Amino acid sequence: MNIGLGLPTTMTGISGELLIDWAKRSDSGPFTSLGVLDRIAYQNYEPFTALAAAAAVTHRVRLATMIVIAPLRNTALLAKQAASLDALSAGRLTLGLAVGARGEDYEVAQVDSRGRGRRFAEQLESIRDIWEEGKIGPTPNGPGPHLMVGGSSGETLARMARYADGYMHGGGPPRAFAGAAAKALAAWSDLDRPGRPVLWGMGYFALGDGTTEAGADYLRHYYAFAGPFAEKIAAGNLTSPGAIVDFIRGYEDAGCDELVLFPTVSSIEQIDRLAEVIG
Amino acid sequence: MRYAVIGGGPAGLYFALLAKKANPSDELLVVERNPPDATFGWGVVFSEETLGALRDADYETYTEIGESFARWNAIDIYYQDTRIRSRGHVFTGISRKVLLNILQRRCRAVGVRLEFEREVHDVGEFEGADLIIGADGINGLVRRTYGEVFKPQVVVHPTKYVWFGSDMPLDAFTFIFRRNDHDLFQVHAYPFDAHTCTFIVECPEEAWRRAGLESASEADSIAYCEALFQPELRGRRLMSNRSLWVNFATLRQESWHHGNVVLLGDAAHTAHFSIGSGTKLAMEDSIALVDALRRHRDVPGALNDYEMERQPVVERFQEAALESSSYFEHVSRYAQFDPRQFAFNLLTRSRRITYVNLTQRDPELVRTVDSWFAAAATGSPDGALRLSPPPMFAPLRIGELTLPNRVAVTAGPDLEAAARLGAGLVITEFVSVTEDGRITPETPVIDRMTQDHLRSTVERIHKAGSRVALQLGHAGRRGSMRPRSQGVDRPLRQGSWRLMAASPIAYTPHAALPKEMTGRDITHLVKGFAAAAKAAGDYGLDALELNFAHGYLVAGFISPLTNRRTDDYGGSLENRMRFPLEVLDAVRATWERPLLVRISASDWAPGGIDLDAAVPIAALLKAHGCDLVHAVMGQTIWEGRPDYRRLFGVPASDRIRNEAGIPTIATGNIVTADDVNTILAAGRADLCRLEL
Repeated sequence: MNIGLGLPTTMTGISGELLIDWAKRSDSGPFTSLGVLDRIAYQNYEPFTALAAAAAVTHRVRLATMIVIAPLRNTALLAKQAASLDALSAGRLTLGLAVGARGEDYEVAQVDSRGRGRRFAEQLESIRDIWEEGKIGPTPNGPGPHLMVGGSSGETLARMARYADGYMHGGGPPRAFAGAAAKALAAWSDLDRPGRPVLWGMGYFALGDGTTEAGADYLRHYYAFAGPFAEKIAAGNLTSPGAIVDFIRGYEDAGCDELVLFPTVSSIEQIDRLAEVIG
Repeated sequence: MRYAVIGGGPAGLYFALLAKKANPSDELLVVERNPPDATFGWGVVFSEETLGALRDADYETYTEIGESFARWNAIDIYYQDTRIRSRGHVFTGISRKVLLNILQRRCRAVGVRLEFEREVHDVGEFEGADLIIGADGINGLVRRTYGEVFKPQVVVHPTKYVWFGSDMPLDAFTFIFRRNDHDLFQVHAYPFDAHTCTFIVECPEEAWRRAGLESASEADSIAYCEALFQPELRGRRLMSNRSLWVNFATLRQESWHHGNVVLLGDAAHTAHFSIGSGTKLAMEDSIALVDALRRHRDVPGALNDYEMERQPVVERFQEAALESSSYFEHVSRYAQFDPRQFAFNLLTRSRRITYVNLTQRDPELVRTVDSWFAAAATGSPDGALRLSPPPMFAPLRIGELTLPNRVAVTAGPDLEAAARLGAGLVITEFVSVTEDGRITPETPVIDRMTQDHLRSTVERIHKAGSRVALQLGHAGRRGSMRPRSQGVDRPLRQGSWRLMAASPIAYTPHAALPKEMTGRDITHLVKGFAAAAKAAGDYGLDALELNFAHGYLVAGFISPLTNRRTDDYGGSLENRMRFPLEVLDAVRATWERPLLVRISASDWAPGGIDLDAAVPIAALLKAHGCDLVHAVMGQTIWEGRPDYRRLFGVPASDRIRNEAGIPTIATGNIVTADDVNTILAAGRADLCRLEL
């Protein structure tokens, strides 16, 4: 299983300089990917813009959106942005797409959230065609961005199995990942798709003295939209090397191909601390 | 800390006891609306595991329970005038009243304040408390007060049930099934001391009405049930205690806490009585909450931790309880089962016990079931085979054909690779009856297949021990797509061909619009299927499978979502089945060996076919000579609402097999031999499609 690192684009007040430094450092470590989150009505960086900056200072890591809320975006423009980023990074983009979980993002983007599932399915049906047709470039050299789908409903898993290369899970204990992964494999096989979906997971961590509370506070703030569930996510933050090792083992046993660990405090030593734990 | 516990049932009292013990300086108040010796219901059941938890949490309570409980390790099943006993299931039962008295005594002994006969009207009465515990049941005040935060979902079950007591001496958990003129009635009875048992009677709501129980008094209900279960009661009485017929309600809530208020037991969640876990879950909640409060200095952290620990456990029980209650709701579908299979099906109903678990608990019963199953499968005399294979390796006879085992697999383009898996039946990939019926350019067409190659492949598969079914179909509106290695249902950009379907509705937004089939197209395609079946006769194949599923051409006629025709082929079920049955009849006329039909037992979409509709469809297929139904799910339309849970196609197979009376292949993420053996021994399918 590969281990990726999250880019802290969702932490309030983080400077562009630090993000670029963070991206640079990730490229030399043991990490195989650099992940970003997406929301609109929040103090965070736009994912494609952040990854474009990261592309300029990295050469090795895959650049992953985990995920981008597709129905908020015009499909042609989304396809073009993704193709551009893929070209800028010499084919390193892993494009995770989903419908997202917050009504507020739809409100501020002035996009009707009703019917978003179907619109998302239509986007998935179109996006590879756009990359392949050559009308909207840059036309990828090779297969184009790796396309992943996130979300937990049966509809989403069917969309994933039809159009994507794999499934991106939204976080939680290994048991939750294993349950979702089993369903993703079932959907893939039910649709008679050859091979198997690539499986990505994610987790949150904070390492070092005095970071536990700050990490939990960040998660409470970030997930405030989830109501009482925010506390559970905060309580799941990995705050010791042992917890991270167990978490990694659990995901590996559950068949995860790439596990991306997102920081919950934004100091740059977090990268070295995590690198030390995963070896 | 000051705690106010609303509700003096097992959950509330046990919490108060444990919390006070953990911190004797804390103030614990329990408020109960009833007097101390009032109780409803009879006995409660604990498993070994729960007793262990109770022992560790409060040894004194455990010892007292131990002095007054009933213990047993058997389950008796009375069905069709036989009794089947299964051993190895350890349970403990205790009178609910005795349990409450023990807990009340223990609470007083450690200094918990108990206020009885106090009705709480407003949670605000406990303003001074640091933590308010709602242990006041499913209809309790606390839960209702914060309904907006807890977001309750209540499912009311369709059967009626009533709690009685009885002086019938029992030494086993006892299920009784009795059919009378009104329908099938069942009893769930379990002992709780040497001479008393809980005796729950359950029946379909319709039967309850027909039997006149709707307007019956308590005494009338008792008289009715005593007469009905006279053979088992043998003159013993049923006793009432506010015994009213009700419907069970399953309660789920998104959250169990808000601020300094937290829910325990039935106030937080309920699980159908047929898995007997209400009190067990409630008391385990109490233990978990006290432990969480000990681990955390802050109340919010503790409540969050409590919920995180308990919710997954409770969800698992609720899922099992829903499976179990659903079994009892539909049990009359199994009324023709051999008692051994009936017992196995009952014991594995909640899916928590499987073939392997049951073998550990009761090897003798499983041996008996294996032996019966193998004898029935081979036509040997009942009881002749003492040493029998598990059901997965019993043969299956379909007419003249014998499959060496009960596993089916679907092959990809490499048929021989699939045959090497060792499955009894290998179903080929989709083979089109005509050129324009292909799904992708890679889909084989029957009259272009190299006969010599296919014949020799089939011969080699036969030598390896497997049997082969050729899957025939026409893609309909799902045709002219790219190879599935590039994704599924992605239209071809070059080299596409014209599509046809029951009605002109494109499968996806980008897919080509199919033309509506004319009468001539229909006649032509019926002939095409017949010709394909005739051609298949030359290959030495063992069976044919007609694909009437997954939104392909024939399926398009069956579903009202995809058939908008106004001629004789659209509208009523009879009309929508006309073309499929014409195909089936034409194929049956030329193909004498076993004939399978694959159908989507549910469209997984509102307004489409569901399991209720699939049963009469399967019955029609049976009447027209189909030997076996391969029950799959969905794909009728592009954007359905699939559900890929474990064993997702098994309920469909179960219903079709046991309501339409036709053998089935079960599908749906079946991945272990244990699942296969459980499904087969329980009579939910005749073959299982294993994902290898």
